[in-house]
Amino acid sequence: MKSLRKYLDTVKPQFMKGGRFGKLHSTFDAFETFLFVPDKVTFKGSHIRDSIDLKRTMSTVIVALLPALLFGIYNVGYQHFISYGQNPGFWHIVGYGLGKVLPLIVVSYGVGLGIEFIFAQYRGHEVNEGYLVTGMLIPLILPPDIPLWIVALSVAFAVIFGKEVFGGTGMNVLNPALLARGFLFFAYPAVMTGDKVWIAGKADAFSGETVLGHAMIGNTDQINDPMGMFIGLEPGSIGETSVVAILIGAVILLFTGIASWRIMLATILGTTALGLLVNAIGANEYMKLPFYYHYLMGGFAFGLVFMATDPVTSAQTNRGKWIYGFLLGALIIIIRVFNPAYPEGVMLAILLMNVFAPLIDHYVVQANIHRRLRRAMAAQAPFLNR
Amino acid sequence: MKSQQKEKESLFSPRYRKLISNPLSLENPITVQVLGICSALAVTTKLKPAFVMALSVTVVVALANVVISLLRNGIPSRIRIIVQLTVVAALVILVDQVLKAFVYDVSKQLSVFVGLIITNCILMGRLEAFAMANKPWPAFLDGIGNGLGYSWILIALGFFRELFGNGTLWGYRIIPQSFYEAGYFNNGLLILPPAALILVGTIIWIQRSRNKNLIEEY
Repeated sequence: MKSLRKYLDTVKPQFMKGGRFGKLHSTFDAFETFLFVPDKVTFKGSHIRDSIDLKRTMSTVIVALLPALLFGIYNVGYQHFISYGQNPGFWHIVGYGLGKVLPLIVVSYGVGLGIEFIFAQYRGHEVNEGYLVTGMLIPLILPPDIPLWIVALSVAFAVIFGKEVFGGTGMNVLNPALLARGFLFFAYPAVMTGDKVWIAGKADAFSGETVLGHAMIGNTDQINDPMGMFIGLEPGSIGETSVVAILIGAVILLFTGIASWRIMLATILGTTALGLLVNAIGANEYMKLPFYYHYLMGGFAFGLVFMATDPVTSAQTNRGKWIYGFLLGALIIIIRVFNPAYPEGVMLAILLMNVFAPLIDHYVVQANIHRRLRRAMAAQAPFLNR
Repeated sequence: MKSQQKEKESLFSPRYRKLISNPLSLENPITVQVLGICSALAVTTKLKPAFVMALSVTVVVALANVVISLLRNGIPSRIRIIVQLTVVAALVILVDQVLKAFVYDVSKQLSVFVGLIITNCILMGRLEAFAMANKPWPAFLDGIGNGLGYSWILIALGFFRELFGNGTLWGYRIIPQSFYEAGYFNNGLLILPPAALILVGTIIWIQRSRNKNLIEEY
């Protein structure tokens, strides 16, 4: 560790302004702050720099994603072999899964970080860490067999048009990972929808329909029991299937205070409310599905824990978070149950609510201003009337 | 614009040439003034209708500019908009009939958008801002310039959207079948209207980063 620090200190002057590699300063800075906690301190005022900076926040999210990732790798292999009716043993399954998932991660990070570095270098900014999480989220919300060039294209689209156009990390309106998925969903529906894409290298005779796909066409008897969906050995996007793995991540995020419990709770409330309402109507098989199935099906858990709570694109005010979460939960049910074209509503619901989050915040803040103004006026009223 | 110069100006003096070149980039009706967006989204899924539409608008805006410029001293200012509309509508009907006679299939694809040229903001803008205050020849050049500024954006959009959204250009297959067999897919998003907005946004982005004067202060 010490020799590394020493090495960084000796090469540092070359990367400062005027040094030989002065133009590559932001690249150097990215690696230095990645390896060591920056020793910057404030000089004025009563502010203290917390050692949890953006980099360490992002690293925590990555740790929280690991259970879902590991389970996803196993599940990709498991689904492949089970479609052929085989069970070649744990390591073969993991090996196959790794062979499918690792390239996706490599492509996602390679393309995304490449673009981030180019933009940071060009604008003279620091390289932002925001992509560390996005780059991990993108592979986890894709079907396992997706062609790599399509992944590269969608990553480039999401990073350039979702983030860099607005000014980089922290300035984006939409969650970049979901934007990448949204781009794929509309640009290449053939690799993102249907019953063929959710199992890697699927045997032709085997039905690879997801739970949501079954629910959509009213085959509710084909749906796994709740426990099976909770554990998650079923076809689907790589990281989304196992609710139990995602819950471990949720505990980490809530314990460290990085994700907002208000948003999570409000979303569950919204889903429950609309779910019960739909149950009460019960016009078709899908509507009769018990409301708590929606927590376990599809990307609900993953989207709720890792995407709806994104601190940049969700509502910022506490009351706004309740409204944001509740509407999000309600929208998920509406899109899932009532829209025949989109079996999965989580992605579209979160993207839509991302757009509304600033509006919600605006009205929450305005309401607060009005309330305090009225209170002040009421306190002054006796004196004014004299 | 100083148009009261006494001595005769040559037909392509630098000032006149600017009337054509400015709308191509620095005063582009679509990317700088953000007018005529509706038709730019609607007709550019294929190159051919985009080209025909571009040509139609160019013809209409140039001729309307000339007609209004000739009439400009006789139009009572309180009813000038309705007079402008009448002139444009007459020209659009002519263009529509020509399209129906010679390129019927394209005319069907363009459907209402030819008729909607009447309400195209670019036309109203040029008539109000330029033709009402200038002589016929500069008005004509201004119309051609703005028409071309509109045209190149439309054709660029049509090119990218048809090539990557459909794999064809002008109806001919460009991306060979072997690509599809090797795992290539057409980009379905480019066929949808939002893609045109994203592409226009990209052109605006490139234009502004090359020319800082276009960036508004805020």
